[in-house]
Amino acid sequence: MATITFIQHDGTSRDIPLTEGTSLMQLARDNRVPGIDGDCGGACACGTCHVIIDREWLAAVGPRNAEEKQMLELTPDVQPGSRLACQIQTTGALDGLRVHLPEHQM
Amino acid sequence: MNTRTLLPTTLNPTLRRLAEQAITKAQATIPIPLQIKGAHLFLKAKQRALKQAPVRPPVETPLPPVEQLALTEIDVSNPFLFRQGLWQSYFKRLRDEAPVHYQPNSPFGPYWSVTRYDDILAVDKNHAVFSAEPFIVMGDPPEGLGVEMFIAMDPPRHDAQRKAVQDVVAPKNLQDMEALIRSRVRDVLDSLPEDQPFDWVPTVSIELTARMLATLLDFPYEQRHKLVYWSDLAAGSAEATGGTADTDETFIGVADMASHFTRLWHDKAARRAAGEKPGFDLISLMQGNDDTKDLVKRPMEFLGNLALLIVGGNDTTRNSMSAGVLALNRYPEEMAKLRADPGLIPNMVSEIIRWQTPLAYMRRMATCDTMLGGQFIRKGDKVMMWYASGNRDERKFANPDAFLIDRDNARQHMSFGYGVHRCMGNRLAELQLKILWEELLPRFSTIEVLGEPERVQSNLVRGYASMMVRVKRAK
Repeated sequence: MATITFIQHDGTSRDIPLTEGTSLMQLARDNRVPGIDGDCGGACACGTCHVIIDREWLAAVGPRNAEEKQMLELTPDVQPGSRLACQIQTTGALDGLRVHLPEHQM
Repeated sequence: MNTRTLLPTTLNPTLRRLAEQAITKAQATIPIPLQIKGAHLFLKAKQRALKQAPVRPPVETPLPPVEQLALTEIDVSNPFLFRQGLWQSYFKRLRDEAPVHYQPNSPFGPYWSVTRYDDILAVDKNHAVFSAEPFIVMGDPPEGLGVEMFIAMDPPRHDAQRKAVQDVVAPKNLQDMEALIRSRVRDVLDSLPEDQPFDWVPTVSIELTARMLATLLDFPYEQRHKLVYWSDLAAGSAEATGGTADTDETFIGVADMASHFTRLWHDKAARRAAGEKPGFDLISLMQGNDDTKDLVKRPMEFLGNLALLIVGGNDTTRNSMSAGVLALNRYPEEMAKLRADPGLIPNMVSEIIRWQTPLAYMRRMATCDTMLGGQFIRKGDKVMMWYASGNRDERKFANPDAFLIDRDNARQHMSFGYGVHRCMGNRLAELQLKILWEELLPRFSTIEVLGEPERVQSNLVRGYASMMVRVKRAK
């Protein structure tokens, strides 16, 4: 079974079955992964689905888009692997993806 | 003074640059309070010379039910709409019949109203087409008081100034603040009179927000009520929001605020120069950041950003603190739910902020011709995003007027705004409200609102001037 692993800031992790054709934010929300708020419902307008992608996976998920860049600018603790989960579409190619959650959402 | 509004628009670019440099230099050398006084005198002289009447606060008259009006007559800029309990019906009619609505004749000039959730979100996100400059309030502030704040700046200038100060209310810093906030909440609640009427607004809501502001600014604690007064003046100008502060009072208040903050800034700078470790307050953060370390030399930005931070932390949280008590009185079954499961507090906090929407709107200006909801908006048009209406949009929230502490999408309220201007104090606001309710619930068996609260006169601030309450302690 294809899975995505969400790693909380305290190190605990959970494997979530990968559903294709949704966003990483929605997948996390549907599976009640704590630490992802998604207050704007996926419009790239609130910055509360901040995640940090493992370096070896950055190429597979693709670069930040312009709107996302702007929102991440305002996010505390932004890191090189920082993305907004609502802007990452889930595909079979992301089987095994490791996603780290920040300590807080903005 | 705002150099851009002082100079004629026809000036050629080179002359303009020189003139701006001269004005900036003058601003940097003349003490700020004197500049404010000068602007006040200039405005009075101009009004005398041109025989202009000074702007006076609007006078309240009963408003008609919305059904009696033609669509073209609906003017939601009226500062008495909230107080007279008519805002829900007015905005519902606009959402259903004219979701992007033009009103050409208002005391604040012509403006568009955007009233549906999805349309508001689209405008808020699109800062390139819908600019936050020059002001985010409906009318322009008194001439000469056009202070500049980053909430009313577009990227990239906005981003640099916001970044300088946002850490003070960033989640990481809040952990350190939690114990302090809780001990103050306890202090205030422990001293409430039992079984006799008192006014919740000054006793609890204003007192708690004033203490928080004094801490964030490292402002002299015993003078904290000045912060509240200045904030009320800044948000309550008759020209800007239809409020009760008249121009003379506003000028005097702003001059006083300028002198206090300038002194505080120089005092902190001197202590830092003498080797003292800088604190973690707003002014120290500004002084430690390259983009804002000379802010005191740009007085209108200096004052603007401080005013923004005190207004942002004042009316909003204050009125949500009062609103929670009011809402739970109006919906006693929700109070029963809360007593049965205090774990609902975090979701209830979001629902309070949705239900109240302490700031009704933010304003934008179209930077180019554009289409929105089938309407043609011209470059330069004023566009009001009515968060208070979006939060009651039945297309987004089921049974939107009801207060439901377990509402599943309460967090999707738009009271914090969306996009680059999203409220940076949101987590602090939620924390303050959460602690208040965690401390209220076990302490009091009843919190009863007596009669109708008195609502504030404003088209921006949806607040309570007074709300009589009686509490009984839990045995």
